[in-house]
Amino acid sequence: MSAGHLPGGPAGRLRALVGRHYGGRAPGEPRAVGYLYLLPAFILYAVFLLFPLCQTIWLSFVHWDGLTVATEAGLDNYRDLFRDPVLRDSFLHALALLVFYAALPVAIGLLLASVLSRFRVRGMTFFRTVLFLPQVLAMVVVAVAWRSILAPDGLLNDLLRTVGLEGLTRSWLGDYTWALPAVGAVGTWVETGLCLVLFLAGTQRIPRELYEAARMDGAGAVREFFAVTLPGLRAEIAVALTLTMIAGLRNFDLIYITTGGGPGTSTSVPAYQVYHRAFEINEVGSAAAVGVGLTVLIFVLTVAVTRLVEGRNTT
Amino acid sequence: MSAHRRARSAGTALAATTVLLASACVPGTDGSGAAGGAGPGAGATGVPDPAKAGKVTLTVWDQEIRGGQNAEIERLNREFQEKYPNVTIKRVARSFDDLKTTLKLAMSGNNPPDIVQANQGYPDMVAFVKAGLLLPLDNYAGIYGWNTRYPNTLLNLNRVAADGSRFGTGRLYGISQTGEYVGVYYNKDVLAKAGVEPPKTWSDLTGALPKLKAEGELPVQFGNLDQYPAIHTFGVLQNQAGGAEAVRNTVLGAGGAGTGFDNEHTREAARTLADWAEKGYLPKGANGKGYDDATKQFASGDGAFLITGTWLLADLKKPMGDKLGLMPPPPASAGGAPVSTGGQGLAWSVTSKSEHPEVAAAYLDFLTDEHAADVMTEEGVLPAVPGKAAREVPAGSVDGQLIDGWERLNAADGLVPYLDYTTPTFYDTLSKWLQGVIDGKVSPDAFAEALQQDYADFQKQQQEESGRAAGGER
Repeated sequence: MSAGHLPGGPAGRLRALVGRHYGGRAPGEPRAVGYLYLLPAFILYAVFLLFPLCQTIWLSFVHWDGLTVATEAGLDNYRDLFRDPVLRDSFLHALALLVFYAALPVAIGLLLASVLSRFRVRGMTFFRTVLFLPQVLAMVVVAVAWRSILAPDGLLNDLLRTVGLEGLTRSWLGDYTWALPAVGAVGTWVETGLCLVLFLAGTQRIPRELYEAARMDGAGAVREFFAVTLPGLRAEIAVALTLTMIAGLRNFDLIYITTGGGPGTSTSVPAYQVYHRAFEINEVGSAAAVGVGLTVLIFVLTVAVTRLVEGRNTT
Repeated sequence: MSAHRRARSAGTALAATTVLLASACVPGTDGSGAAGGAGPGAGATGVPDPAKAGKVTLTVWDQEIRGGQNAEIERLNREFQEKYPNVTIKRVARSFDDLKTTLKLAMSGNNPPDIVQANQGYPDMVAFVKAGLLLPLDNYAGIYGWNTRYPNTLLNLNRVAADGSRFGTGRLYGISQTGEYVGVYYNKDVLAKAGVEPPKTWSDLTGALPKLKAEGELPVQFGNLDQYPAIHTFGVLQNQAGGAEAVRNTVLGAGGAGTGFDNEHTREAARTLADWAEKGYLPKGANGKGYDDATKQFASGDGAFLITGTWLLADLKKPMGDKLGLMPPPPASAGGAPVSTGGQGLAWSVTSKSEHPEVAAAYLDFLTDEHAADVMTEEGVLPAVPGKAAREVPAGSVDGQLIDGWERLNAADGLVPYLDYTTPTFYDTLSKWLQGVIDGKVSPDAFAEALQQDYADFQKQQQEESGRAAGGER
């Protein structure tokens, strides 16, 4: 990375001197043998990722029950993604969950990070660990814990009753309106720690002088945040958004354990539909199409984030 | 057993991922035959003697991993191997969910297990038969007298038409060990405190609900976050609304008067369920309460009744002791014939690629004969055909009530198959819409229409398929 932007100068001359050892190739150009080193990893990647991926794409064009001979489906399975209200809704739910999985954690993370970087907080390591903990726990564990917290006689409702908010108690996971936000809130809880830790690391990289200059120019805390912190964290925000969006879109275990897509289909998401169709109702082709659709969606959103937030050529 | 899904486990999620990756093979061309499969039986005429089969290893996949069921299988396996020292049983036991997700791949591979537990209904057993993966057992049924051992209602649930178009009739593809039905559990203490006698008729039961409510007790404990429990409750209500015979014909695709779901007994059952939820006879927010949570709360004295399957008996008996009572849903008039949703455990089936079908059949016979029934009773499991030991269980005990209820249901031919057998997608349709009915969001009319739609779609598809098959034959 550091090489290359001083074509003349002492470094360039040095390279010209050692150039003959490279046997005519431009300096820094990889030797063909380099590809050999990639081979073991590539084989693993191909066998366990590329091959199943191609297989899935192919399966998405057939009707198959997993046992008997498959029949051609053409674009039927893909058409269903738009026509079948259950599938269409599950994609909409996934997008709605992005608010909870990506937007909220990034916003909360930014807020906390800018506050924490302004003040010295005692026991910072402790708080950082606690906030990051949900990331370390297996999603299954998180889901089982929250299933009991959100139960009608669970911790949350008990808490609301204790503080006199009896009227707010409800059967969180069994409520047509509240089940999706309730599951989403768990996502926020899980992802906020990740964002915070990323942003804290980022703020430490922003030169102190920028803050001092901003303060010298009379900027308040808010102005400082928008003028210095936010632009300084651009790369971290892109990373955080990418990670949390992927986590949100391929959310399966949390839904599977807490609501099973219910009540009705109000919390059904694409990843759950993949499992459900492939293993429970023997519609492997349709499951594959949902999987491919989800992959494309994740890909598009990730590229969009990288382009828009990170910018194409940052330095 | 189909609707009896255990709490969703982490293991399944994991298995699902691996299986999805492993399933990368050419669809349907890896050795699985076309519909039909092997001819009936394997040509045996006399009772085969496994002792003469030489050294044999039987690989058995089952899902009897819970307390008494596991103990009973372990015992019978040991005894079978002692009886035939040349036979080794390689048992692979996994949970219902895990078995369901892995069995399909195992069976379509080149080296399937010899014996598997197949879930009745379209998604599993019928799909296996369609793919020619299971061996018809009619021949062995004759040799071992299974036809007379079992009531027809039970045996029929393990039958599939040779072309895989419907089940409940056709060839026999498995036999079940255990019986099960949806019953009404009651807490004797809670009833006594509210001054309510254990109900003798259905109207006794419904009449007790407002009384219990007024006494400050929860009338019916119920948790439907897992979605299947409502199917059982609804099934009971539908039977009580006079739908038993019609529902049975509907589920088994037999046709006839009142079949389908666009009818009064379906609407009435939905109305009752919504009414119970609205009046607070069911816990508030039942759609958000787990099945296991509801069970635990009932065991700790919260709730007078619990309407669910007999598979919970062992779990409830331990904490509740003498307080626990169990009966089939009470009949319309005292002493009348009971009806309830129920059937039998998963079928034990022989795979068509098994190299030792005769030894496998002998094993199935051993698992289900009179001696096995006694072993099951001793381990607290309800045998499909109760034997000697069952008659020695004290009549007043809850185990006695369990066996008595089962025998009365069978004598009256009062078992109605699980509703989710109806179509491949019926579990989904039913469980999703029932949550809406309980929520009050879905009217009984809309509910009946949704069920009818699913049922009609499937029937149409079946007709088209059989039309194609007929047209394709030379």
